[in-house]
Amino acid sequence: MIKPSLEKKVKITALSQLPQGGSCRTGVLVEKNAGWRNKCPVFDSDKCIGCHQCYLYCPDGVISRKGKKIKIDYDFCKGCGICERICRVGAIHMEDEK
Amino acid sequence: MSETRFISGDEAFAQGIRLARALVISAYPITPQTIVVERLAEMVEEGQLDSRFIHVESEHSAMMAAMGASAVGARTFTATSSQGLLYMAECLSYVSGGRFPIVMMNANRATALPWSIYGDHRDSLSLLDCGWIQIYVEDAQEALDMAVQAYALAEAEEIRLPVMVNLDGFILTHTYEPVDIPDQETIDAFLPGRDTWDRLDPENPVSMAVTVGPELNEEINILHHKASINALDTIKKVDDKYRKITGRGYGGALRTYLTEDADYILISLGSISGLIREEADRLRDEGIRAGAVSIRMMRPFPRDELIRVLKGARAVGVIDKDISFGYEGTVYTNVNSALMQGRSHIPTYDFVGGIGGRDISLADIEECFKDMMSGRPEESVKFIGTEVEDDIG
Repeated sequence: MIKPSLEKKVKITALSQLPQGGSCRTGVLVEKNAGWRNKCPVFDSDKCIGCHQCYLYCPDGVISRKGKKIKIDYDFCKGCGICERICRVGAIHMEDEK
Repeated sequence: MSETRFISGDEAFAQGIRLARALVISAYPITPQTIVVERLAEMVEEGQLDSRFIHVESEHSAMMAAMGASAVGARTFTATSSQGLLYMAECLSYVSGGRFPIVMMNANRATALPWSIYGDHRDSLSLLDCGWIQIYVEDAQEALDMAVQAYALAEAEEIRLPVMVNLDGFILTHTYEPVDIPDQETIDAFLPGRDTWDRLDPENPVSMAVTVGPELNEEINILHHKASINALDTIKKVDDKYRKITGRGYGGALRTYLTEDADYILISLGSISGLIREEADRLRDEGIRAGAVSIRMMRPFPRDELIRVLKGARAVGVIDKDISFGYEGTVYTNVNSALMQGRSHIPTYDFVGGIGGRDISLADIEECFKDMMSGRPEESVKFIGTEVEDDIG
């Protein structure tokens, strides 16, 4: 999976710094976006069987494959809980966001 | 070798699009535009034009299909008229804001109600603010030539904006004239295939048609505005190059006639301009210094050039085939704004005519000049060519 990189936000001070023709660089993020998460998915690696259903179903693309298991990007997870619901072996459960 | 054929404005435009090698054509038929897309469909069918012709279910879809095709880097064409233009209005600002250099022919036609298939300029003038470049042509030859030039203008790196080329419905779209059709090699030398750094390409992805919040949205619109202004200069360069290659040119945003020493200047858009020049000639024979200005490009608006051209006039009139109900003709509003910014106090007159296809005669134009010469107090709007008495006050 191609994951957008998180880069430092550039302060725009001149029009010439803006994209000039309607299109611009893609695959770049400058801000984390997880502020509205109330419930947080917690992953139990021992239970995971590597079916990758959570990776396929995550609507925000924050679950990536890591070897046979998975990794959750908490900088962008909104806490929707779809991964918990889809996991057949209970390897993900939602906890209150601290 | 070029060849001369006796064809209509619609057919001339189709020839221009063939020569420009538009790769994708998406259109929905509407009178009086229909012939241009029929001819292009035939060319594609017969293999004269290597294009994808997309039949769509509406003008809204026509413009969106054109935008999709333009996004993959294709040179793209569509055409419409009147209600069709209004129906695709939502898409026009998407295309201009996204900076997709689509060329569209609009057959100028009255807007309903009352229903009419005949020509006036209310359709395109009501969309002056949609961010497109707007060009108005006078005859079938200029229609062909501007179909080609429009792509050079639209795709110029400093512009990257869609261009709407307007032909007076029926008067231009359906009138047959001898038209010189350049050969393909000549136009290929003038207009190479479209090459752009931004297109939907998985190997080199870009973000297109983006969302921008209040922190930079105004700035992005400033860039759009500046790109549009650039067309005032680029249209002259494009035309110079076209003239060198084909021997035919039109100048820039304005076509002026005998304005250098003119006391009375009448301004117009599109096909009526030739008749105004004829009347100017006739008045000159009587010793009256008359002149004419045809505005070829309404957006961007050639403000500075217009101020310069009108500077020495005693009175300026505008023939508007348009009325912004409750105020005045829109061309008049634009001309007045330019004169105001030029600190000019020349009296101006608004002559509204040709609405819904009403003919504007040489006698009507003579009346306009007479009105300007009489120094009558300027009315907000004077309707010309009406055939019934106004007895309701």
